[in-house]
Amino acid sequence: MSTLEIKDLHVSIETEQGTKEILKGVSLTIKTGETHAIMGPNGSGKSTLASTIAGHPRYTVTSGTITLDGEDVLEMSVDERARAGVFLAMQYPVEVPGVTMTNFLRTAKTAIDGEAPALRTWTKDVKAAMQQLRIDADFAQRNVNEGFSGGEKKRVEILQLELFKPKFAILDETDSGLDVDALKVVSEGVNRAHEEGNMGTLLITHYTRILRYIKPDFVHVFVDGKVVEEGGPELADRLEEEGYDRYAPGAGVAVAPAVQA
Amino acid sequence: MTDITTEKARIGAPSAQPFINGFTEEGENLSPVNTGTNTSTTSEQPSAGPLGGASAKSHSHGGGVGIPDSSRAGRLTSYKLADFKPLNGLEEDWRFTPLKRLRGLHTEVLNGAAPAVSVTAPAGVVVETVGRDDQRIGQAAIPEDLVSANAWENFAEATVVTVPAELQAESEVSVLITGAGEAPSAQHIVIVAERFSKAVVVLDHQGSAVVSENVEIIVEDGAELTVVSLQEWADNAVHASSQQAKIGRDAKFKHIVVSLGGDLVRVTPSTRFTAPGADVEMFGLYFADAGQHLEQRLFVDHAVANCKSRVLYKGALQGRNAHSVWVGDVLIRKEAEGTDTYEANRNLVLTDGARADSVPNLEIETGLIEGAGHASATGRFDDEHLFYLMARGIPEKVARRLVVRGFLNEIIQQIKVPAIEERLTAAVERELAATDN
Repeated sequence: MSTLEIKDLHVSIETEQGTKEILKGVSLTIKTGETHAIMGPNGSGKSTLASTIAGHPRYTVTSGTITLDGEDVLEMSVDERARAGVFLAMQYPVEVPGVTMTNFLRTAKTAIDGEAPALRTWTKDVKAAMQQLRIDADFAQRNVNEGFSGGEKKRVEILQLELFKPKFAILDETDSGLDVDALKVVSEGVNRAHEEGNMGTLLITHYTRILRYIKPDFVHVFVDGKVVEEGGPELADRLEEEGYDRYAPGAGVAVAPAVQA
Repeated sequence: MTDITTEKARIGAPSAQPFINGFTEEGENLSPVNTGTNTSTTSEQPSAGPLGGASAKSHSHGGGVGIPDSSRAGRLTSYKLADFKPLNGLEEDWRFTPLKRLRGLHTEVLNGAAPAVSVTAPAGVVVETVGRDDQRIGQAAIPEDLVSANAWENFAEATVVTVPAELQAESEVSVLITGAGEAPSAQHIVIVAERFSKAVVVLDHQGSAVVSENVEIIVEDGAELTVVSLQEWADNAVHASSQQAKIGRDAKFKHIVVSLGGDLVRVTPSTRFTAPGADVEMFGLYFADAGQHLEQRLFVDHAVANCKSRVLYKGALQGRNAHSVWVGDVLIRKEAEGTDTYEANRNLVLTDGARADSVPNLEIETGLIEGAGHASATGRFDDEHLFYLMARGIPEKVARRLVVRGFLNEIIQQIKVPAIEERLTAAVERELAATDN
């Protein structure tokens, strides 16, 4: 059982107009086996939270803490965080020239586990995982994400999630840009990883659509860098019907820092 | 600020010509100045060129009236140094080269001690050292620039490697060329692959030198020759190397340039088809470090019908003022119907402050071809790539190596001499280790 704990996190970025605060005090605790959905309108800071947990250099933590089983995540380099068990499925996976998928997956697995995977079982595992995610076998020989469609890139992110077996998976708008079939395939992958029982999930999404396939235990609504409402799966249903309009300034909903469930 | 220059593929030679002058729907008469019929030729004719026919003009200025450098076909070629004007750095083929770092190759008499040549060859291959008057000299090449002509006028002796007819050399011919000092010098190498022979020749440049080199390569009918030119010079070396190949009927020629060491290295390989059915592959790999200037300018002359050429050069750059230049001139002459050609250059910029110039030039004088293409791309290994790989647990150093190794391996794999492949893989690793400090 592991715990990823975010406490009063303030994050800013440097822009041409100066420093801009994006996260204004976010607190969140995720435990193994739980699925937390973070929902919110564009620009509310959802993706900033994801990238900050993974350690993207663009984001500066000005105060607050992130800990994984008590270990200070903010002190870790990006690769150390990954090896500690944090996995970020990226919203826009980059194309990496010159590195084949096969080579990349094996190198990453070796780095995460601290030892090279046994070749025979590894090859079998990769092949099986690719099949389940409906990824063509020839992708293994192609360069990482190079020439992949949006949907293919997302499937490859989930392929990595299934192969690397992280303690915590952060899915940054994995559902955006996917058609229904791809959304199902990707959701099944996340659910398979979850069912192994050793993973907690932070699911960041703009839409409620993916929540039909991946059932959240908790839903947090993000507006303007803060959690403004929290609840169970029923909150997602309500958002589906009402949208984010009621959180708009002056819409009459009490926007107060919610208490962590 | 990163200084990345990518000159996208463009049709025709860089010139003052209006863009796509004379273009027709068939793609013929792409540039009327390139047809060769109106080439101005000076009255003073030096010794006749070795290449014969329309594909070689032993001494000609400019592709069209009043438009020098507008076509690769019209470039001045001569064995006589005096025929070339002194360089000022504005010439099309010198505009990227820092002349003052040539250390006299373009201004001095090249009478320094030439790099020592030592050849290890398998049974059957003939290795000779000959004087300037040997009849094989001048069979395949004629200088295309002043520095090459300067070497031609000044070399004392030449090394001739002959792979006799029908010999299948059982191992590679290793030509070790070791710099003998920093006085400007001239070198001459001749490689002859006779009819239906098969061989791999490795020119292995090492040590410290300031040298202009001419390499003549004859690939006779039906022969299959690979020439690998390795530039692993010491940091202070200056090397200009004109490597000209004349390709016979149904011959196969693979040329691989690998430039890693040296202060300024400028390799100018040319291949000329002289009979149909031949197949040429030209590969290049370069890794420019801080302050290093690595230049490659190639020329594929499709002068006859039904030949095929493939060109792929890949380079990595790191450090302040690392500079690479790639210029690929491919000329499909009017006679060269059925030509199939493709050239590409890829650069990977690893750090800020490096500059890659890439200029593919494709001149097409006939529309009756199989295919002709060119591509150039210069990309950065940037923070987002690094973040992606590190977010998968891969440490920064490993991530960097992973990318560069994969990128350059495509060329190394083409060499097919395991010992050389291993050596180059190790050399690339050393280059990468230099970034890590």
